[in-house]
Amino acid sequence: MNLDKRLLHQLHSVHLFLALTILLGFLIGVLIVAQARTLSHIIARVFLGGASLGAVWSAMLGLLFIIVARALLSWGGEVAAFQVAARVKSDLRARVFEHLVALGPAYARGERTGELTNTAVEGIEALEAYFSQYLPQLVLAALMPLTILAFILPLDLLSAIVLLLTGPLIPLFMILIGKTADALTRRQWQSLSHMSAHFLDVLQGLTTLKIFGRSREQIETIAAISERFRATTLGVLRVAFLSAFALEMIATICTAIVAVEVGLRLLYGQMQFEQAFFILVLAPDFYLPLRLLGTRFHAGMAGVGAAQRVFEILSVTADRQLPTADRRRMAAVGGQPSAVVFNDVHYAYADGQRHALNGISFTIERGQHVALVGPTGAGKSTVANLLLRFVEPTRGEITCDGVPLRDWSPHAWRARVAWVPQNPYLFDETVAANIRLAYPDAPMDAVIRAAQLAHADEFIRTLPQGYDTRIGERGARLSGGQAQRLALARAFLKDAPLLILDEATSFLDVENEALIQDAIARLQQNCTALIITHRLSTIVRADHIVVLSNGRIVETGTHASLMQQRGLYHRLVAGDE
Amino acid sequence: MTNDKSRFTQHAIRNTFYRLLRLTAPYTWWIALAALLGAATIGSSIGLMATAAYIIASAALHPSVADLAVPIVGVRFFGIARGVFRYLERLVSHHVNFSLLARLRVWFYAAIEPLAPARLMSYRSGDLLTRIVSDIETLQNFYVRVIAPPVIALIIAIAMGLFLGGYAPALAPVVLTFMFLVGVVMPAAARRISQSANRRMVQARAELNVLLVDGIQGIADLIAFGREQAQAERVKSRSRELIHLQGRMAAITALHNASGNLLTHLAMWVVLLLAIPMVTTARLDGVYLSVLALATLASFEGVLALPLAFQYLESNLQAARRLFEIVDEKQTGRGRARTSLALSSAEGADEKSIRVHPRSSASYSITVENLSFRYAPEEPLALDHVSFELRAGESLAIVGPSGAGKTTFVNLLLRFWDDYEGYILLAGRDLRDYSPDEVCAQIGVVSQQTHLFNTTVRENLLLARPQAIEDEIVRAAQQAQIHDFICALPQGYDTLVGEQGLRLSGGERQRMAIARALLKDAPIIILDEPTANLDPLTERAVLRAISALTQQRTTLIITHRLVGLENVGEILVLCAGRVVERGTHAELLQTSGLYCRMWELQNAVLSDG
Repeated sequence: MNLDKRLLHQLHSVHLFLALTILLGFLIGVLIVAQARTLSHIIARVFLGGASLGAVWSAMLGLLFIIVARALLSWGGEVAAFQVAARVKSDLRARVFEHLVALGPAYARGERTGELTNTAVEGIEALEAYFSQYLPQLVLAALMPLTILAFILPLDLLSAIVLLLTGPLIPLFMILIGKTADALTRRQWQSLSHMSAHFLDVLQGLTTLKIFGRSREQIETIAAISERFRATTLGVLRVAFLSAFALEMIATICTAIVAVEVGLRLLYGQMQFEQAFFILVLAPDFYLPLRLLGTRFHAGMAGVGAAQRVFEILSVTADRQLPTADRRRMAAVGGQPSAVVFNDVHYAYADGQRHALNGISFTIERGQHVALVGPTGAGKSTVANLLLRFVEPTRGEITCDGVPLRDWSPHAWRARVAWVPQNPYLFDETVAANIRLAYPDAPMDAVIRAAQLAHADEFIRTLPQGYDTRIGERGARLSGGQAQRLALARAFLKDAPLLILDEATSFLDVENEALIQDAIARLQQNCTALIITHRLSTIVRADHIVVLSNGRIVETGTHASLMQQRGLYHRLVAGDE
Repeated sequence: MTNDKSRFTQHAIRNTFYRLLRLTAPYTWWIALAALLGAATIGSSIGLMATAAYIIASAALHPSVADLAVPIVGVRFFGIARGVFRYLERLVSHHVNFSLLARLRVWFYAAIEPLAPARLMSYRSGDLLTRIVSDIETLQNFYVRVIAPPVIALIIAIAMGLFLGGYAPALAPVVLTFMFLVGVVMPAAARRISQSANRRMVQARAELNVLLVDGIQGIADLIAFGREQAQAERVKSRSRELIHLQGRMAAITALHNASGNLLTHLAMWVVLLLAIPMVTTARLDGVYLSVLALATLASFEGVLALPLAFQYLESNLQAARRLFEIVDEKQTGRGRARTSLALSSAEGADEKSIRVHPRSSASYSITVENLSFRYAPEEPLALDHVSFELRAGESLAIVGPSGAGKTTFVNLLLRFWDDYEGYILLAGRDLRDYSPDEVCAQIGVVSQQTHLFNTTVRENLLLARPQAIEDEIVRAAQQAQIHDFICALPQGYDTLVGEQGLRLSGGERQRMAIARALLKDAPIIILDEPTANLDPLTERAVLRAISALTQQRTTLIITHRLVGLENVGEILVLCAGRVVERGTHAELLQTSGLYCRMWELQNAVLSDG
């Protein structure tokens, strides 16, 4: 009933298939009528005409043909309906993913990723039920009763009127009772899910309960809660089930009414047996599609709910329009280190309210290593995001070797930036494939060399299948330090002139510290680097330090000069609050 | 070999099925009632169509109205009965469902409670527990979706057999054969055909899932390395592959549905084929020809639900197998399970009295001698000949890199595991001589992950001492420095916390845990990484609250954060299960060993003020 416009809009690419589904539905309706007619014809001839099997044999063959044709058509209808759903699904899934990529990491981050993945997988699957079950059934529910009615009407006006008057009662009741009953049922299912949540809560807190010696009494609590739920729910369902009761009732009682009404007229000779029987056979088929619509209704609604989320994602617009084509040719990757200049750069979040950066200007000279420090929330990560062009400045500009960043497509720009984040993401693939992220076609010896430079080679060789070991959920789990070294190997393989280290050394442990520091020092040679860090040893080694606070630069200088100034930097180093 | 294996799994499946049946045993009569009502619902349809056909056929012979009176009443009865029966059936079957759900939950919890947490270690992650909860929910439908359909089908088949046999005995076996084809042979065949496609589909879906998860969670890395388009292409092609497989499955399902339809109507056709000559030879009254045809058509509703029951059977058995596996750990479970099961209610009362007056017993010391432990025979030693003595009222810290075996201590001290070598003495008495509940009553724990239940703040605190009065609660909260925070909440101590309520920050949760431990007032305190995952500022505040807790109590601190250890009596540095250094904070800093390196690494950072 809830024909979502945007959902139907999806059908543009597939309306041929939908037309086929409708045609098949109509043909099945015609066959149902034909079957009823042939059946009543055969029975009338044998019963009243005293015909033998031989006399009705051709009609029997016709009946057999209709039965087979009906099965074939319903098979075809289902397959066609699936095709509709399949096209929409593959189309939408690709669009959702491409859209998420376009929105970039600024949108898909943190706790949102789980929900987004769920929408892309399960949400889009839920749409299948809408397209392959609900929609065809909706078409059938409209078509079949009308087809049947069209054949009964010329035969018997009274029966046609009975059907015409009672038929709409089913959807009507579905809406009327359905609404209140659905609300009741939904509330009950909600309390069921609360009960599940309680059970899950107890299981998760079992250790806590044990430590406090309170775990055994939970048995009674669980029993009591479940029992209370059963009692109240059954009370509510007693009302909610009335809808099912009413629907069954209408369909069967009307069949009974038709039977009695037709039978009585037959008795008084106002009607022929063949017609009467024909109408009786068709009566249940008249109500069936309407009743099935009710059972498929929920599948349809789940699909609409899922679709809403999908379209919500699709309607989020990207932060700013990014140029897609290069206006300038890029210097060859791996060339000279570059100089980067931030010139009065502002950045505000999409809501326009909160400002992450309020006009920062600084220069990273060619080959220089600049450390960016400051308290949490100062805007350090925003600087990295701007330099990676995950986001674009709201005001001001960033230039590289004198050329504004916006003159390059983000893709081409990123080819000359290597990035080592705090939590590098390791893909559910082999170790080698993870290192090859920058250069999928890199030869194996280049991968191994990068791993050696990053001090990753040693531990990779101890993995069960070495470089071919799968990482992730289904493979080996790496420690934080090991993951960090793989991220460094990626950067080595990329060999870009500009390097961004975003808190790459914040989770060091005793075993990894020396190795990672050594690898980073090697990586920084011959490139310009922006280093975001808390680690004093790393900061001290930087050529220049930029101190950020509340989106502004408050101090710049070397470690020695900043310590002398006794400003924010000094306070951060000394650890005073 | 393969044969053996399949026989074994066959056996296991049957076993699981019987165990499930046994769980439903208390509801046998309810289940029988619901199945009868279900059969009566379908029976009403058959009755409706049969009597309606009878009325029309009889009317065609123009008898008197009186002759039709009884069938007319019959038609009306069946017309109403179907709705009534369906309504009652739904009520009764939901009653069974909810009762079964309650029973399953209680059964599972009672079985798992003695095993926790030792045997549940591998189920810690939220996903697996969620899985358990949803498995139990799957099983609540075991009756409605698995048991009822075959029972109803059987009742309908028998009734139809008797009905047809009454008019024309030759027809009964024909219709029953068709029912068997639709209800049993077709689903089995469809399953066989679709098995390999189904397996490949499940795999393709899993692979697509991985690509999407990687693509979304790793989006920053993909974009930074310019690989986003490549990933999008892979998503697209894998999605196409999945849809292709789903298309094959859909074709098979459609074939299955269509053939069910085909066989139903064929059955009616064969009934005509056999009955027409009987009418001709006057072995069957012509009136019944239409009755038999329509009754046959209506009766197949009884078997059409069977294919779904097969599918549900499979998912139910899988869910049951997973649950039984967890519960069956009992047989291999150690320590905790053994002793806890032996606890009688009398001991339970004992334990209560201990909890009420914990401080009346002498203060407790902990002595550990040559303690070695491994979680499983094939695993390396988690603790390797560790010895120390923690005198009553003093403090001791165990530090070391993650994975050094520190948390194992907590598990052993709380008697979650028993099978260690060496000794743990509590107040000079072997820990294994205490009941697990006695041990727990003596120890207050603040661990790194504090579980808050989905209930009020007050209830969460009362967990530690149910009989605590308001004053005591408030005093504990004040000492834990969380009282002011609670008072500022909309409903104060009655505010709901947890998943469905207020979400507390890490520091607030830890203060709640400290307040709980204060309320429990146990003589021994274990601090298990109480400040892990907290930022430095919060860490310092939580440590201040902890100092109220540790005063005059025997305190064991387990941590990898070297904060607030200056006044600890002795620090043990653990590495790979062994004590590699020991001494006070000042002494350890002078040795420039592992402790010193950890200290430097931790402190050579900018503060976050």
